[in-house]
Amino acid sequence: MANALHIVACAGIVPDPLQTLEPTLAPTGPAIRNEMVLPAMLDPWAACALYEAASLIAKNPGEPQNPSKLWLVSLTPKAKLQQVMMTVAQKLSFELVPIDGPIGGFTDAHSTAAILAETIAALPGLDRGKLLLFGGWESANRGAGVTLQLIGERLGITDQFQGVDQIELRDDGPFEVLERVEGGRHQVSVCAGPPAVLGWATGNLPEPRNNPQIGMDNMRTIMPVLQKAKTAALDTNSLRYVSATLPAQQRTTRVVKDMHPEAIAQEIVEWIGKDS
Amino acid sequence: MTASSTDWSAPGLDSETRESSPLPDPDPAIDRPPMEVDIVCAGFGPAMGGFLTTLTQAWNDNPADPAFESRVMPGMPLQVLCYERADTLSAGVSGVVTQAKGIRSSFPDLNPAEIPMAVPVTDERVFYLLDPIGASRRSLPLRIGDFFLRLAGSLVLKDRAFELPWTPAFLHKKNGLVLSIGQFNQWVAECLMAGGLVQIWPGTPVAAPILENDAVAGLRLADQGVNKSGEPDHNFIPGMDVRARLTVVGDGAIGQVGAALNQNQNGAKCWAMGMKFVIELPEAAADSELRPGTVWHTIGYPEPEIFGFLYVHPDRLVSVGIFVPSWMGDPARTAYRYLQHFIQHPALWKHLKDGTLRSWGAKSLEESGRRAEPPLSGNGYARIGEGSGSTNMLTGSGVDEAWTTGIQLGEAVLELLRAGKPFTHQNLSAAYETRRRASWIERGAREAENARNGFHRGFIRGLIGMALTGLTRGKLSLPAHIPPAHRQIRPFSFFAASGIKLREAAELVLEDGRPLHDALMSARGWPEIPFDGRLLVTQQDALLMGGKVQAPPAFADHVIFRSKGLCLLCDEKTCIAMCSGQAITLGSDGAPVFEREKCIHCGGCLWNCAQSPDGVNGNIDFRAGAGGLHSAEN
Repeated sequence: MANALHIVACAGIVPDPLQTLEPTLAPTGPAIRNEMVLPAMLDPWAACALYEAASLIAKNPGEPQNPSKLWLVSLTPKAKLQQVMMTVAQKLSFELVPIDGPIGGFTDAHSTAAILAETIAALPGLDRGKLLLFGGWESANRGAGVTLQLIGERLGITDQFQGVDQIELRDDGPFEVLERVEGGRHQVSVCAGPPAVLGWATGNLPEPRNNPQIGMDNMRTIMPVLQKAKTAALDTNSLRYVSATLPAQQRTTRVVKDMHPEAIAQEIVEWIGKDS
Repeated sequence: MTASSTDWSAPGLDSETRESSPLPDPDPAIDRPPMEVDIVCAGFGPAMGGFLTTLTQAWNDNPADPAFESRVMPGMPLQVLCYERADTLSAGVSGVVTQAKGIRSSFPDLNPAEIPMAVPVTDERVFYLLDPIGASRRSLPLRIGDFFLRLAGSLVLKDRAFELPWTPAFLHKKNGLVLSIGQFNQWVAECLMAGGLVQIWPGTPVAAPILENDAVAGLRLADQGVNKSGEPDHNFIPGMDVRARLTVVGDGAIGQVGAALNQNQNGAKCWAMGMKFVIELPEAAADSELRPGTVWHTIGYPEPEIFGFLYVHPDRLVSVGIFVPSWMGDPARTAYRYLQHFIQHPALWKHLKDGTLRSWGAKSLEESGRRAEPPLSGNGYARIGEGSGSTNMLTGSGVDEAWTTGIQLGEAVLELLRAGKPFTHQNLSAAYETRRRASWIERGAREAENARNGFHRGFIRGLIGMALTGLTRGKLSLPAHIPPAHRQIRPFSFFAASGIKLREAAELVLEDGRPLHDALMSARGWPEIPFDGRLLVTQQDALLMGGKVQAPPAFADHVIFRSKGLCLLCDEKTCIAMCSGQAITLGSDGAPVFEREKCIHCGGCLWNCAQSPDGVNGNIDFRAGAGGLHSAEN
């Protein structure tokens, strides 16, 4: 496919799930305790979208005078984003567009989407006719799963796909999308072409390996734009959370000897069943 | 550039040493992508923080300084890259108290409140802890001393602890800081990356130095997409050769680059396993004597050889831990269980018992100091920090010393860059080593050189030797012959007469499947740990609290048993007892088995092996590996 792609991946950050996360009520509303202290990572669903975007660009580089391009747009505290970039920037090439904003997943999705849409619309060189807007269909922060859809609506993009696991470009411009549906099956759609919004599930790609050369090249542009990141003026008054809770977690440790594997399996099934 | 043109043998090694070399055996058929930079660094800790901060501050003061022009990218500033194994820079495992002289010289306006978990030292005390249980292995003189202390009762004792009436001057950290090294590293890295000169890349283990023509020419990164044995697998990506004019080695006590350059050393080092909990105190403790900045040093319990500490951070967080030294000859060095007994000592437990375990971690400390100092520089490389022998074992401090060695190298590199001189051994020696030798680091290191010799001949002699050294500022000390680490582990048979109780322990193992060394402690009279799931948890549960352990796929195993035959012959298997993450367990064939997914990279196995295939090194090779503990509060 000779046509160039302009892919914009939207990705927030979340606390490293290997940390013990404690919900707390801050003066500004629900929060994760000490979130600024904890290591962060790209939101896992958005990270899958980014890996898929990079793979798609690699397969469809465009022409030298009209190359495909990948932007990563992120609204998050720039100090934390800088930490995350130390890992992500070694994996694939992209142009970072940071917007300095609050941490946590409790910002208003409408307000967030408005700022992201405005930022994307103003990207220099972005051709709407080549635009694929990527992101996660869920978020490890809050899981409302509406921000990407709202951005698409604000940008006037009506072809939207959620729970995407695969995209395949056809030579004549259209592309085929596999979306997750009930029953562990995929719905197959064919879209006439960009612009479109794709909210990714897990995709099919592993996390790319670190490549120091890519990291060094990326970081030359990432650090200057991080320094100059504009601050998001999010609306903090229109949304109020009554309560926020984490999913129930339980860990029990018991030492047993000579227990048959089938008995162990049965006990685990019964234990899981208690929550359902 | 491919590996075929690279000489992988370290200069000056004889053939026998080379056979047991920890260097990977490169496949010359692999075409390794090269990358050219100006300065490449291995490991990001306090020493590297000091080095990179010195460079960055000088560049920010005068970006037009021609000394900072890159040779590999003309027109650009120096290309300075630093590679760190840990997945995040906040994964450094250590809560420390430091004088922070060097750190404050880099940041004259330092405000500790800007660094999470940092606080100025407010109170320092030293305690001798009696054994409230009766299981501790105490010598007769120590038992006599304990008897008289008990006789004096509450006149001198409180909660079975005797507080020294004064803190010896050499232990003082006046005007110092209590820090979480993980948070401090993260803060320093943020400052550095914002400075714009250097790039720091976590999650990138370095396999080895590139040795060419009697010089270090850069670093080879670890291969990705390999199986456990390191053979190419799916999506194989050969480790890149990052070539540089100067390679800075700051990969700590167990770093692979430092180890590869150390091969001509005799292995006679002293080590300790530092293991600690971060505990959140209950709200009621806010008014207790454990105020932020409080520092306690302890001796005497759970074993006489095991020193302990308690540091109080802001927000009711406490770092509490122990050091299990290599000179504790007992092969049953079960640090995790010892730590649980330590925090239950009445003097500590009254403050901690209602607390919550937030995280846990462990790290090997190289405790030889200047006595095992390796070459500080050579053609194309310089060495800083703990792996360069900067730790002061009299004052029990290493962070500030490491940071300062980084400053000294930074100043030396600036001097050479401005003079247009190459990074030869001669120039680095004149610029870096001269600074270091003339500094307080060297003076302290010389004073401390033999401070802990006495401990190799017993606890009381050790205390006397340390006091002698400290009070005479190093002029007097006790002599000692210090064997290689594998020979510091005494065989089980040595302890037979003093009640090793192997048979009883074996029965416990058969009864409930627990590890032998854990059973051995029970057989010796240590009570079972009353697990409460909150503060006292099993070692496996500790791996899941705070930052958890993770090993990314597609890297090779980094713990290698050189000779399985030696493992099968080994009765002690101290590697299993000391493994902080229980990543080394006993296999069905009687040999230890390594599980990479549980390894926290403490490096304890490196010096807790009682066998040696060459009489110098242990039977365990510790190579480049990814992953480890993700704890941010350590």
